[in-house]
Amino acid sequence: MAEPAKQLEPVQHQDETLPPWKEAWRNFKKNKIAIVGLSIVTFFIIVAIFAPWIAPEGINDQKLSERLQAPSSEYWFGTDDFGRDIFSRVVHGARISLWVGFLAVVGSAVVGSTLGIIAGYYGRWVDTIISRLFDIMLAFPSILLAIAVVSILGPSLRNALIAIAIINVPNFGRLIRSKVLSVKEEEYIMAARAIGMSDFRILFSHVLPNSMTPIIVQGSLAIATAIIEAAALGFLGLGAQAPQPEWGAMLSASRSFLIQAPWTMFFPGLAIMLVVLGFNLMGDGLRDALDPKMKT
Amino acid sequence: MLQYIMRRLLQLIPVLLGMTFIVFLIIRAIPGDPAVVILGQQATEEAVAALRESLGLNNPWYIQYFEYLKNLFTGDLGQSIRTRTAVNEEIWPYLAATFELSIFAIVIAVVIGVNAGIISAWFQNSWFDYTAMVLALIGVSMPIFWLGLMMQYQFSLQWDWLPTTGRENVRDPVNAITNLYVLDTIIQGRFDQTVDVLRHLVMPGLALATIPMAIIARMTRSSMLEVMKSDYIRTARAKGEKMFWVVYKHSLKNAVIPVLTVIGLQTGLLLGGAILTETIFGLPGIGRYIYEAISSRDYPVIQSGILVVAFIFVMINLIVDILYSIVDPRIRYS
Repeated sequence: MAEPAKQLEPVQHQDETLPPWKEAWRNFKKNKIAIVGLSIVTFFIIVAIFAPWIAPEGINDQKLSERLQAPSSEYWFGTDDFGRDIFSRVVHGARISLWVGFLAVVGSAVVGSTLGIIAGYYGRWVDTIISRLFDIMLAFPSILLAIAVVSILGPSLRNALIAIAIINVPNFGRLIRSKVLSVKEEEYIMAARAIGMSDFRILFSHVLPNSMTPIIVQGSLAIATAIIEAAALGFLGLGAQAPQPEWGAMLSASRSFLIQAPWTMFFPGLAIMLVVLGFNLMGDGLRDALDPKMKT
Repeated sequence: MLQYIMRRLLQLIPVLLGMTFIVFLIIRAIPGDPAVVILGQQATEEAVAALRESLGLNNPWYIQYFEYLKNLFTGDLGQSIRTRTAVNEEIWPYLAATFELSIFAIVIAVVIGVNAGIISAWFQNSWFDYTAMVLALIGVSMPIFWLGLMMQYQFSLQWDWLPTTGRENVRDPVNAITNLYVLDTIIQGRFDQTVDVLRHLVMPGLALATIPMAIIARMTRSSMLEVMKSDYIRTARAKGEKMFWVVYKHSLKNAVIPVLTVIGLQTGLLLGGAILTETIFGLPGIGRYIYEAISSRDYPVIQSGILVVAFIFVMINLIVDILYSIVDPRIRYS
């Protein structure tokens, strides 16, 4: 005998009313790897904010009698050739790296997005000029372009930051340009034009907010790249200069003591790797949550 | 096909001109008098004036740029201030060292990356898959200068397995013919030197290969997983084809296009990574050539070195684009 048909449950559509950011957060939370990334990034941000309270010693407190001490309960990460506490320097280094990564990406996002919006919205010769400029910049391996910029401006942390911001401009520019090209054909943009809204208002009140998703995704991934590029420039002696506790510069200094004191090399490098891993994982998660079409 | 190649070559012209302009700006954008910056504050007025003249800094900028372009077309890359030698004469050995390192690195990255990706997809959700993908995640976040230092410490200084720096055994130097030392030693039948040169390449090659290897492994895995779900793979298996051939013959052939894309992109990016790797391992490559030029403010070398690397980078990207269009003809019409 056939079983009686089960009563079908009505389908729940509670989520349909969720605002976009809540839905993105719900998707993001489901991704365990992304949560690991977010945790690592949050950890480093907390370390950077509270560095003066976390670090047991100052960044330049030298104790020459205790130089090149191995990690111990007193010096968790050991000491360097000036007897400085490496743990304290790594903790303070988080401030520099996160700050450089964040500022460089904000700078390149602002400039790149503005150029990308102008190119995409106005099209024709404006687009041709800006797009060719992006092509030319992308024709250089990025670290090489950064080296070229620093070789003009002179080695310093500030100039490294400027160089990193410049080399990342075309990445944002191209992304936003392609987004604007699709957004500007939307009906609400045509409607805005029809009621006589100025180009400036259309661009910054309508086009930009509707192109934000790729900027956020690209931004979180670009911070990882920017941190590694800043460390690479520091390592080459073209970024932060001694005695700044920048991780790349610390790694470079450690090369002279590789045999006697490998810990001087180990901990700054581990910090770079972890923070970059954190941003990469978080960026991947954000991309999947905010813009699944960008998923590779 | 020819039409596509011609179109791509024409598109390159403005990019190449733009590149030369950016490189041309390197000297001109230096704040202050570039000749004084290059020679230092202690330089005599005569020396500064002579350098200004030799760099053509007394002419208007557009004349300087056309002079610069004219020189480039005649193969004149300028003269090194440090060594007083023409850059185009001294650059090849450095370039050859970088080529050798990059080829070695991309071979490692492709062989290990593609196979790791295939095995991960084949045994999806196995311990191998998890381990390989965690390593790949770490690999893409790895600062290669840190990895290089750790390798030097462990394999060279602790275990004494591999040489720490350099390209060859300085007590038994390679007789350079092409400056690609592996090739040179094979041509000369000096296989003991071939082994020695390869031993010098292992650590820098591995360090440089890490990021592309990780990216290639991830891309191969995802591409293979997609293909292995297709009907024709199920058919091949149903017909009793051995799993090894299903994976390596049927699946890989169809999963290869996205993998090729990544390999192409990564080959170009290796040139950037080579600068760092060469600095760590004391390899006399183009990256080290530029780096040393920066330290001694040898601007003609900085300009030409950057231009040459960027030119090679653009050419690699062009070749990769043409290769895709051969593998996937749809690209030609897009």
